[in-house]
Amino acid sequence: MEKMKILGIETSSLVASAAIWEEDVIVAEYTVNFKKTHSQTLLPMIDEIVRMTETQLASLDGIAVSGGPGSFTGLRIGSATAKGLGLALKKPLIHVPTIAAMAYQCYGSRYLICPIMDARRNQVYTGLYLFSGETFTTVMEPTAMDVRELMDTIHQTGREPFFVGDGIPVYREQIEQMAECPCHFAPAFMNRQRAAAVASLGAVYMKEGRIETAAAHQPEYLRKPQAEREREAREREQNA
Amino acid sequence: MKEEITILAIESSCDETAAAVVTNGRTVLSNVISSQIALHTVYGGVVPEIASRKHIEKINQVIEAALDEAGKTLTDMDAVAVTYGPGLVGALLVGVAEAKAIAYASGLPLIGVHHIEGHIAANFIENQDLEPPFICLVVSGGHTHLVVVKDYGEFQILGRTRDDAAGEAFDKVARAIGLGYPGGPKIDKEARNGDPHAIAFPKARIEGAPYDFSFSGLKSSVLNYLNHAKMLGEQVNCADLAASFQQAVVDVLVEHTVKAAKEFGFNRVAIAGGVASNTCLRAAMRQACGQAGIRFYYPSPIYCTDNAAMIGCAGYYEYRKGVRHGWDLNAVPNLKLGER
Repeated sequence: MEKMKILGIETSSLVASAAIWEEDVIVAEYTVNFKKTHSQTLLPMIDEIVRMTETQLASLDGIAVSGGPGSFTGLRIGSATAKGLGLALKKPLIHVPTIAAMAYQCYGSRYLICPIMDARRNQVYTGLYLFSGETFTTVMEPTAMDVRELMDTIHQTGREPFFVGDGIPVYREQIEQMAECPCHFAPAFMNRQRAAAVASLGAVYMKEGRIETAAAHQPEYLRKPQAEREREAREREQNA
Repeated sequence: MKEEITILAIESSCDETAAAVVTNGRTVLSNVISSQIALHTVYGGVVPEIASRKHIEKINQVIEAALDEAGKTLTDMDAVAVTYGPGLVGALLVGVAEAKAIAYASGLPLIGVHHIEGHIAANFIENQDLEPPFICLVVSGGHTHLVVVKDYGEFQILGRTRDDAAGEAFDKVARAIGLGYPGGPKIDKEARNGDPHAIAFPKARIEGAPYDFSFSGLKSSVLNYLNHAKMLGEQVNCADLAASFQQAVVDVLVEHTVKAAKEFGFNRVAIAGGVASNTCLRAAMRQACGQAGIRFYYPSPIYCTDNAAMIGCAGYYEYRKGVRHGWDLNAVPNLKLGER
């Protein structure tokens, strides 16, 4: 049987990243954390690794995309790129929650893995995950919450957290002040989103049959548009 | 060059998700539009984030429907054309990223198209005899331009609005008299029952710039008129007000356009953009052009609204010129007409 092959795409934050996963080997990964927009960088990056590794696009089994939460516009650039590739190549998409992929980078960790992305308004996009041996379990699904609430949730588990993500520089001080247990913070090489993790976790999902059509895929923003939130608030006020 | 060039075109610059298949720029094989107007109506205008989310939800279905209706597959295409500006950046980015990925994965050339160039090109679809040069008035919710179409994709801008776009003025006045969004069609309808000469609104002319437009003064006059009536406790006749406002806008648009055609010696005039489907503008332009011996062209309403067929048409002429964009093509929200 042919080796399973997956293209991973990650554009949920300032990082643009693309990777090719081939049966447990990352044959290529290209990650850039620079101010240029993903619109300018992502497809040239994919093209570069595809050519470098002589990958036939038609040989891909699926396209794994970091599905959110994150920057609304960033997510849509990755999503539209994946949808366009899926449409043209007639391949399925694999929606990998951004937070889960970040946690998956800490494979085998004995700590409670806690990705945090700065969600502004004093909130983080976060979730909680555990590895027991090779089994990856979700303790808390991805959500947007205050740091205070997150710390309370962590304390209830009785485990030491391991933080990963761009929320660290923003909230590290607050976390250390609130912490009632030792906290651990990921070093630079593993504390940002990476397409290799998206593709790897995507491969696990694909083997479980967790795929979707390119047409059906859309990001999971975890937050409504501002105009919608304001309208709902106004309506609640009027009804009260 | 191949005799028959077929282009898949994608448009997502504002609140319509659209895809079309067009052969040789003038034969539309399919033209699929998914409109979001109902979603934005409760907000009284287009909400960019909601528009962008809706584009992502619908875009693959719209493209697949366009290919199906045309009876074609991607292997039958010669290029992919996409609107890359001007427009809402988040909305544009969805179409641009999607189009790039499709072109890349299908081994097809990519052509970025200017949205207004598309609106102008909409005139070619139903008027096989129309070719540059001619004068075109582009009027929509975001644009008011009077241009000389020197050649395909080559423009000389004679005049533009100094403040509000014509369509924007329609939206604002419609909101003020309680007609709601979108203002253009609602005012057009209301005005049919009114007297266009009931109220004398000002028609702005700009000294030293005979082809420029200004609609903010007119909009203010309408608002002042409403406030004044309210203070006196007088009932305002909405139909008369809508008709008089519309007449003031149309008079200036027609005057400038016909004057430019005469001064620069063109015997063909076209209109384009969402406001080009306004029935009063079409009638007045037809009459003024007829009197001046000018041939008048206008697209059907379906090609006036944002659509992808017009992008496939403009994209074809760009393709013929050899225009190709790279995989780093970005959305340019304030792209100028004629820029590449």
